[in-house]
Amino acid sequence: MWKRDESVKPATPPAPAPAAPAAPAVSMPPAASERRHQHMGENVNIGKSVIIKGELSGSEDLTIEGHVEGRIELKENILTIGPNGKIRAEVFAKSVIVLGEVTGNVTASDKVDIRDNGSVDGDITSPRVAIAEGAHFRGSVDMQRGGGKPAAKAPAPAPATAAASAAAAPAQGQKVGA
Amino acid sequence: MAESARSLTDLFGLFGNRRAAEARPAAASAPATEPEVSHPTKALQKFLGWLENRERPVLVDLGPVVGSNVNFFGEQLGCRIRVEDIASDIEAHLKAGTIDELPAFFARRFTQPPGSVDGILCWDVFDYLDKAASQTLAAALTTLLKPDGVLLGFFSTAEGRPPLYTKYVVVDPMHLKYRTYPASRPRQRALLNGDIIRMFGGLRVSDSFLMKSHIREMLFRKSST
Repeated sequence: MWKRDESVKPATPPAPAPAAPAAPAVSMPPAASERRHQHMGENVNIGKSVIIKGELSGSEDLTIEGHVEGRIELKENILTIGPNGKIRAEVFAKSVIVLGEVTGNVTASDKVDIRDNGSVDGDITSPRVAIAEGAHFRGSVDMQRGGGKPAAKAPAPAPATAAASAAAAPAQGQKVGA
Repeated sequence: MAESARSLTDLFGLFGNRRAAEARPAAASAPATEPEVSHPTKALQKFLGWLENRERPVLVDLGPVVGSNVNFFGEQLGCRIRVEDIASDIEAHLKAGTIDELPAFFARRFTQPPGSVDGILCWDVFDYLDKAASQTLAAALTTLLKPDGVLLGFFSTAEGRPPLYTKYVVVDPMHLKYRTYPASRPRQRALLNGDIIRMFGGLRVSDSFLMKSHIREMLFRKSST
């Protein structure tokens, strides 16, 4: 049991040795062993000393603690920008969790989650968006849904209800204008 | 043996009691978190009503980003919402000592094309601006609105409030929670009804509600022509 654990990479391995800017394009083909790791909840970690310029794409969950400039595409997987991560890129993923800094547009097919101290400067397109208290966000949010129709409408301002509430609080919300 | 066991139990009990006694004053001295009160709103429901039949409306929110609000408007309206935190602009200009340049800044602040926005949530940002900055911002927002577009503004009717900004957190279409956070300068003078109407000269007042919370909630609409 313990032996098996030792063979598995730690969830947050130590940062790799300082690296020169990586190759312009990095892709991560879904090798069989990687698929096994993904199946076991494993994800790939880009350490904080790593700088990548170019296109980053793959088919397993990815945590970025380093710097990435360009484009990130993980359409079926979860991208986590760690607290030390700094991204200047267009991001496409299934889910995006931001604890670091992102400058660029973020598109997720499932969810974008900006955690406390996370920062996004750019436009977000995702059906679900969570922005924590203390997070920084500057941009627009497009919660796309099929046909753009609302999931739940505001209760219609029924005249009877409005009248009842006005009667309950006569001075509250007194209409003073046309 | 039994006695020694008892005394050990007593000893552990004593530690336990001491720990509990030490923990109590700390808990007592911890600041009591006041339960957040929901305040009624009348204008928000009307604002939503104007927008709910539009296909993917575009909203601009001039308040600080509130995650639950983004979700609320997204769910209610299926909209695209852009957050443009005016309070952070004021803070940045105060820190840089360039508050006099705020009117010029507002004139070029918004990058959206004219007539491209269906609804604008101003909340109470105008309370923190002087007359020149207010007028420039109002003109910029009027330009942004589509014909038939709607603008929601809150205006304090009370003078001399502490230097705090307010986050308006939507609970439901008829209730808001007010969450305050520090501001570098207090609200400016309370605007009179006539001042507000003149400021938004290009819009007409659709509804105005005077609330018990000393806030005048106003809805403006841009004419459809």
